[in-house]
Amino acid sequence: MDLFGSYRNTFRNGIHPPENKDTTNGLPIRQFPFAKEYIIPVSQHLGAPAQVVVREGQEVARGQLIAKAASYVSVPIHSPVSGIVRKIAMVPTLSGSMSEGIHIEPFPYSGQEVAEGKPIPLDTSTPEEILQAIQDCGIVGLGGAAFPTHVKLKVPPDKKCEYLILNGIECEPYLTTDHRVMLEQGEDIYTGIRYLMNATGAPKIIIAIEANKQDAADHLTRIKPTDLPVEIKVVPVKYPQGSEKMLITAVLGREVPSGGLPLDVGVVTVNIATTAEIGRLLPHGRGIQERVITITGPAIKKKGNYLIPIGTPLRFVLDHVGIAEDIAEVYMGGPMMGVAVSNLDISVTKGTSGILVFGSKDIRRSETVYPCIRCGACVDACPVSLNPSKLGILAKFEAYDKMVEDFNLMDCFECGSCSYVCPSHIPLVQYFRLSKARYKRHTALKPKSQDA
Amino acid sequence: MPKLTLNISTSPHVVKGLSTDTIMKHVVLALMPAAAFGVYVFGTGALLVMLTSTVFAVATEHLLNRWIRKNTTVNDYSAAITGLLLGMCLPPAFPLWMTAIGSAISIALGKFIFGGLGCNVFNPALVGRAFLQAAFPGAITTWTDPFKADRFFNVPSSVFAWPFMSPVVDGVSGATPLSAFKFDHVNSQSYDLVMGFCGGSAGETSAVFLLLGGIYLAWRKMLNWRIPVSVLLTVLVFSGTMHFLDATRYPSPVFMVFAGGLMLGAIFMATDMVASPVTSTGVWVYGAIIGILVVLIRLWGGLPEGVMYAILLTNAISPHIDNLIRPRVYGTLKKAKAS
Ligand code: SF4
Ligand code: SF4
Repeated sequence: MDLFGSYRNTFRNGIHPPENKDTTNGLPIRQFPFAKEYIIPVSQHLGAPAQVVVREGQEVARGQLIAKAASYVSVPIHSPVSGIVRKIAMVPTLSGSMSEGIHIEPFPYSGQEVAEGKPIPLDTSTPEEILQAIQDCGIVGLGGAAFPTHVKLKVPPDKKCEYLILNGIECEPYLTTDHRVMLEQGEDIYTGIRYLMNATGAPKIIIAIEANKQDAADHLTRIKPTDLPVEIKVVPVKYPQGSEKMLITAVLGREVPSGGLPLDVGVVTVNIATTAEIGRLLPHGRGIQERVITITGPAIKKKGNYLIPIGTPLRFVLDHVGIAEDIAEVYMGGPMMGVAVSNLDISVTKGTSGILVFGSKDIRRSETVYPCIRCGACVDACPVSLNPSKLGILAKFEAYDKMVEDFNLMDCFECGSCSYVCPSHIPLVQYFRLSKARYKRHTALKPKSQDA
Repeated sequence: MPKLTLNISTSPHVVKGLSTDTIMKHVVLALMPAAAFGVYVFGTGALLVMLTSTVFAVATEHLLNRWIRKNTTVNDYSAAITGLLLGMCLPPAFPLWMTAIGSAISIALGKFIFGGLGCNVFNPALVGRAFLQAAFPGAITTWTDPFKADRFFNVPSSVFAWPFMSPVVDGVSGATPLSAFKFDHVNSQSYDLVMGFCGGSAGETSAVFLLLGGIYLAWRKMLNWRIPVSVLLTVLVFSGTMHFLDATRYPSPVFMVFAGGLMLGAIFMATDMVASPVTSTGVWVYGAIIGILVVLIRLWGGLPEGVMYAILLTNAISPHIDNLIRPRVYGTLKKAKAS
């Protein structure tokens, strides 16, 4: 309970789901083999979809630009392989909707060398040039949200960035990508930090790591360049610590105002794998072509952390790692906030941090939904101190206005802690997602109906 | 790759795995030692009362669900809890036909008319108990002596009384420690009180077994420990202060805590999740209000026992507690909108 408004290395409430990281956190990152075909949707980041700049039949080199950023909140896409553009057509995506996508067939005997770009000098570049370079490299938040990183790093003239927090929390169960990246790409992380310091002007850097990755914290401490103002902070394990706001509270004790941004309290946060990617790509001016993904779950045969080219079809990935006969559910991302896959014809995108496969016997969810017994478990779990029980009841009555105005629905960031603990198996987060969407639609329609 | 159909679930895809029916089942289980002890002390009569009340509660729930053509909800065990709790807070020689009516009222008026599990404003068992208190004031204050030699073979005749026929008060004597104190100023032995070697309702007398049940549930995180702690502490402090001021008029705080239905009420009835607040702070306040009311009724009210009314009254204001006491939402100012 937070009586005095003080936070000691933590945030309010939260949950402790079983971590299930032990099977993969000791496995080094391995290069994934090349597929026969790559399918690259142009909409794989938040913001405007990229615009295709290649034609069908055109030959592309690995790392070559194939779709350009459509606006400021958008990033370009680079070819993950050297090959031929076979088709530009609508392709399925994770969200279930279709998006324009580029099919590339790799050259069978190509060595797959990456095309070099223009290196971005660390010391002589201005912050604007670095931000531009980060956009040009197609970098988005690799933690799962896939929000264009350059937008997040842009410090408006009236704000100051006091702290740059690098998010090595990885609080989702099962996932171990950030863990491995911290262990294996430490040098890249520190190079990335230098670029980020230049871009944001942050005088202090904190790398936040959960206590279950002490080895990563030790490794980063060991190789830390002496000239960098970096502090490595190990915090107790708790979900959803990796969420931006909870992280800031846990590390600095500051609360980001409701509806505000981290910069309102002088902070910019960047995912640790994103930082490594910046440190890896910018010195060569390369675009992002692959990412580290944890492939795990009870129904996977060859579990591990793989470096997989963007656009690799999910079906190919699963064929290669081998799955059990009776698989029932596949998720992209972690088990708490990841999305269930409806169609194995989608492909790996920049936001894919994990691929989880569960067999039918591994699913412990119960289909029986009981009424809310007001046990308060959800209230004790909600990291933003909402009352999910009340919100859940209001959602049933479709009282969206009341949910938003009196019960702060919009502060819910859909972490799923409430659903996780609910003994009545009420799909609370699902209610809240729908309610938010309905509320938005209905307020958008309001002025019109008044005019009529 | 085999041909597949994939389930589409919404996140989170993993759950904690605690289920409402599991919680309810464990509550029934946790009540068992105290109920068994009641049978040991009061004999077959107590067993019959508790059985009848449980069976009728479950049957009423089932029939009412049938009547509105809903799937039966008896397998969530909440009706069984209500029935068992009601039986445990009735006198051990209470007529069975009255027990059955009380049980049916608990479910029908305490729960069903509000919309079933999760919608009840009051603890259903106490609604039934309050009804019986009003309808049969004589029978419900007729107590049996503990440890009667023939208690297992000779069921008090009042138990099998025909509805509205035979005299309800048929020479059953005895008193509870609370009534003895209230009306005759007799103090009971603390040891007997704690162990439950005294008169009282069928399942309320053994503080030890009730506490054990409560501790088990709290350890399994199936019961909000703050409620009993807050109720008992408040009673202890409040009645302790009064005892300190005037030891001849006011009983000792230990007596207040262990006598009567306070243990049963604080651990198993005030903690009815549905009728108590959802926030931790709210729960402390709720418990304290119950504690204060219990002492007020017991010391200055006309009745020897006040737990039932204290809980019912506080149940009624519990939604208001939730409305007034809200944790500050992350990122909002201290003075958040309270309307
Ligand atoms: S956890 Fe579920 S049952 Fe408990 S109060 Fe919240 S919504 Fe209701
Ligand atoms: S999903 Fe929303 S309401 Fe539920 S615990 Fe997370 S923030 Fe709170």
